[in-house]
Amino acid sequence: MAVKSRKESKHPGRLAFSFRRHMHERFIEMLLFMAALCSVLIMLAIVIMLVKESYVFFQHVSIWDFLTDTEWTPLFDNAHYGILPLVSGTVVSSMVALTVALPLGTIIAIYLSEFAPFAVREIAKPFLELLGGVPTIVYGYFALLFVTPLLQVFFPELPGFNLLSAGLVMGIMIIPYVSSMTEDAMRAVPMNLREGSYAMGATRFQTAIRVVMPAAFSGIAAAYILGISRAVGETMVVAIAAGMQPNLTWNPAEPAATITAYIVQVSLGDLPHGSIGYQTIFAAGLTLLLITLAFNIIGHILRKRYREIY
Amino acid sequence: MQNKPELNLDSIQYKSEVKNLCFHYGEFNALQNINMVLHDKQITALIGPSGCGKSTFLRCFNRMHDLYPGNRYDGDIILYPDDVNILSEYVDPIEVRMRISMVFQKPNPFPKSIYENVAYGLRVRGIKKRSIIDEKVESALRNAALWDEVKDRIHELAFNLSGGQQQRLCIARALATDPEILLFDEPTSALDPIATASIEELIADLKSKVTILIVTHNMQQAARVSDYTAYMYLGELIEFGVTDTIFIKPKNKQTEDYITGRFG
Repeated sequence: MAVKSRKESKHPGRLAFSFRRHMHERFIEMLLFMAALCSVLIMLAIVIMLVKESYVFFQHVSIWDFLTDTEWTPLFDNAHYGILPLVSGTVVSSMVALTVALPLGTIIAIYLSEFAPFAVREIAKPFLELLGGVPTIVYGYFALLFVTPLLQVFFPELPGFNLLSAGLVMGIMIIPYVSSMTEDAMRAVPMNLREGSYAMGATRFQTAIRVVMPAAFSGIAAAYILGISRAVGETMVVAIAAGMQPNLTWNPAEPAATITAYIVQVSLGDLPHGSIGYQTIFAAGLTLLLITLAFNIIGHILRKRYREIY
Repeated sequence: MQNKPELNLDSIQYKSEVKNLCFHYGEFNALQNINMVLHDKQITALIGPSGCGKSTFLRCFNRMHDLYPGNRYDGDIILYPDDVNILSEYVDPIEVRMRISMVFQKPNPFPKSIYENVAYGLRVRGIKKRSIIDEKVESALRNAALWDEVKDRIHELAFNLSGGQQQRLCIARALATDPEILLFDEPTSALDPIATASIEELIADLKSKVTILIVTHNMQQAARVSDYTAYMYLGELIEFGVTDTIFIKPKNKQTEDYITGRFG
């Protein structure tokens, strides 16, 4: 019956299919889709460019040499193309930075989310975010002209360029990223979980450490991964304060170049396009991308495994 | 509980006595001059329409309001046998919560294993000995009628349990530290009727071990499980007495209207 009457009604009147509304909706949908597509395409373009240029590089240098050679001297007559010295510089400066940023960022987040009175939080947060808004070049000179001389008071034999002071300042720079994301994750933990803990006679600190942090684990992991990616990818501070000599070392008191610092150095120089020296920056850039990609994948896995289930 | 005899005889059957209790959320006066008692090892139910202050009153007993700024208690809640006003500023709320446990409206297991959830109160108290914790966890889970269902997966995450099981886990968590008073804040309102029946049965069984104060929206529940009932309205205690009397022959017209469903 119903079907029949539907067929018969040729003039649905006010219930008629609105062509205009649907076109409008489709248009909006397309617009949003294009915007989303844009970021994916740009990412693809970057990867294609890096892989293509690196391919040219690896025509001249074997991947084995690239990964195992302990010297990076692409601009010398006796050229060596071992990425290890740059990786070691990156790892050491990042480790120093993370030793500062992860514990401090976490402690600040615990304080702001679980202990700080409303007024303190409202004042402290903008200041903390300001710390992340300072241009990195300022941090670079801060490391070179203030922190290094300060460290030399205690360690007179410390060279003017070193990974330690660059790493320390980089750590300070990363604190706001870690603390604000960690705090957001902790504050998203519902109040009834905290009350459950308090009702058991737990103190604020016990509640923060034993209940809130495990509940916010995936968000905290994401904050740490972001901090690591920032440290690995940071350029200006290390380029200015750590020196630019590739140096295979695990000692933070030595000068060394990171992957990013090397790329800056070469891009600023007047190497002819297409030369092997010029091509090295794409291989270095690809290495950097793979390192950050690895951390992002780890972060993704952690997030999936320890998804918040309150 | 063997050290009762030296107490004064009037308060011997009382676990707690509430005297002239007022409570303010900032400027808002949420509880006005409440006087009542909790009888030792008995179940007392708090009933009343939404917003009447039942939960606010319940949360005074473990000083939950201390967690938020701007709240103020006036009056006394005396805890026996100590004969101490637990609302006093000289009393540490953490000490109070160690002796007066609470089960919430919505099951709120911690993001830990079943075992660690129950062990939480013990760990917070600094108990480290494995054998003691094992024993307490098992007996708390048995008392919460959950042991047989979870004994083979005690180290699994607590979120994998059903809603009713989670609530029994929260009861086990509260029982593990041997509290003297157990507060229930509408413990079955998020549960289905079958889970509700099992929680009610459990509450009745716990009476032999602990004094219970339960807030409930459900008058049948109050009638079924409690020995004493208090009817509250707009922050005031309207009537308090033996449950049977309150439900069969309330003295106050307002209580009668609420109980017979003419109001609320």
